[in-house]
Amino acid sequence: MSASSVAATPTDAGRDAPVWTGGYRRYDLVKEFVAALAVMALLTVILAAVFGSPDKPAIPLAGWAQNDPNDFVVTAVAELDGTSGTATYGAPYVNDPTAGQKLGPLPLQRWGGVREPIDTAQDFVLGPLSTVTGDPMLTAALAQYKAAPADQQQKWSGAYADALDKAPDNDPAKVAAGDYGPVPVLTSRLLDLARAGGLDGQLLTEKGFYQTDYAKPLLFLADGAYLEEQARAEHLGGNQWGMMNETGRYPGQAWLWLYTFWYQVPPFNKSDNGDALVWALMMVLSLVLVLLPFIPGLRSVPRLTRVYRLIWRDHYRQRR
Amino acid sequence: MTSTDERTGTDERMWTARLRRRAVTAWPPERLLPDRQPAYVASWIYVFGVLTLAALVVVLVSGGVLALEGPQWYHDSPQGHFVNSLHLWSVELFFFVMVIHLWGKFFMAAWRGRRALTWVTGAVAFLGSIATAFTGYLVQSNFDAQWISTQAKDGLNAVGVGAWFNVLNYGQMLLFHVVLFPFVLGVLVVWHVLLVRRRGVVPPFPDGTPTAQPAEEVEQ
Amino acid sequence: MDHPGYYLHWGVVQISLANAIVIVLMLVVFVVALIAPFPGRRRR
Repeated sequence: MSASSVAATPTDAGRDAPVWTGGYRRYDLVKEFVAALAVMALLTVILAAVFGSPDKPAIPLAGWAQNDPNDFVVTAVAELDGTSGTATYGAPYVNDPTAGQKLGPLPLQRWGGVREPIDTAQDFVLGPLSTVTGDPMLTAALAQYKAAPADQQQKWSGAYADALDKAPDNDPAKVAAGDYGPVPVLTSRLLDLARAGGLDGQLLTEKGFYQTDYAKPLLFLADGAYLEEQARAEHLGGNQWGMMNETGRYPGQAWLWLYTFWYQVPPFNKSDNGDALVWALMMVLSLVLVLLPFIPGLRSVPRLTRVYRLIWRDHYRQRR
Repeated sequence: MTSTDERTGTDERMWTARLRRRAVTAWPPERLLPDRQPAYVASWIYVFGVLTLAALVVVLVSGGVLALEGPQWYHDSPQGHFVNSLHLWSVELFFFVMVIHLWGKFFMAAWRGRRALTWVTGAVAFLGSIATAFTGYLVQSNFDAQWISTQAKDGLNAVGVGAWFNVLNYGQMLLFHVVLFPFVLGVLVVWHVLLVRRRGVVPPFPDGTPTAQPAEEVEQ
Repeated sequence: MDHPGYYLHWGVVQISLANAIVIVLMLVVFVVALIAPFPGRRRR
């Protein structure tokens, strides 16, 4: 290969991609496409018939409340006292200038804006409970909670959270005696509401009859440990290369291998800004892929590795 | 009027006439649907482009059936489950052949000879396919969708995108998956294929033998 | 197929058997495509 072709830009046709003056071969493009379609359709049908597809049912809040009530109550307390993942998330759910990831000095997360405002205490706990009628103990507990000043509310819920933490298995029934105010009543009623299926519907349709935004029920569910436990059992956790994987024995999104790889290694797996770092890196690498023809060095790899001599071996043999 | 074509009577300044002229010049019928290829097009690696296109057709048809019956149909219907399986495996096959096509085109340095845009549209279509598949996983309305959405939101929120592209909003993600992304992907794929037809299949690397190498490529 | 999958471990790498099969198959098919003879060498 002449040195001039190394310097050739992609728009310089002549030196690195000479005009073909040789022979042609008969090539039926349409027949080729039809054959390809038949092959791919057949392969698809065979794979679908033999392996089927995964469809592990979604976990409603009712399922969570029934299968892991202790985790539900612990999470409900965290939503009430504003210490849950969602409550401390920052944009787009909560207006907190100190929260959110940064890319170097750039607070990209905050720049996105609080476009889906959520008040976890009100939206996840107090609001749904306020709709329950015929339960004087609950009504009284709600009134007591709402009438109390904010720091008193915090004292009650903070103390109850600590007590649950110390209780064997986080079981509310085994909590030590203490001054928790109306919080235990609120969370146990919320558990009942969830078990009966009422909370699923409430969180979804708070804004109206027709809803497609599942943010509230999903965020509440994801604030707990139960969903993640189910996921990790299927190797779907972030540090299990989970992005590539699928439930059961099925192949997943193997093409996400490089995206998930960074989450397995430092500094990404240790940094508070890990997501922002990975995203920025993948944007850069994607740009490199797209603009490959213009990147000196990288664009010479095909010429240097000479795999092309295998592809065009008949051509080179005939030219000798 | 001097701009009128004497034989056909067409005013060649018309936008319609100009567009037609440019299209027919770039893609005369024998180039749009050729019945021959240069002799060097003689390797199985060349079939992976058309295999990708074929797999895409199966993806679209199976997805279309799922769309016909609505997004929850496949959970409760055995026929629906089978169509969902068709959609899943056609997507796996699509990525399988598309990536091999990418590997082949890379090792051929297929961007040579004014074909950079062909590479660019192909690479963007590849990334667009990943995004489209991702939204597909989000709208499965099952456990996997719950997990993927609550995890993915962190990555997107971290860079401010999640506030606008809300992966927890099922309706929004369904529309992206069925309408918005496929439309963009369709445009990219058509453009990519038209570029391949316009420039032809990239010729082999010159092997350094002293045969005449024209300085400028002549449009075939 | 809905039972828990098998996972292969190698240092920091963890990969499901299914994904590993897919990737290995891709490499095999790629190599075969490069070296398998292509039919028809008639020239016009």
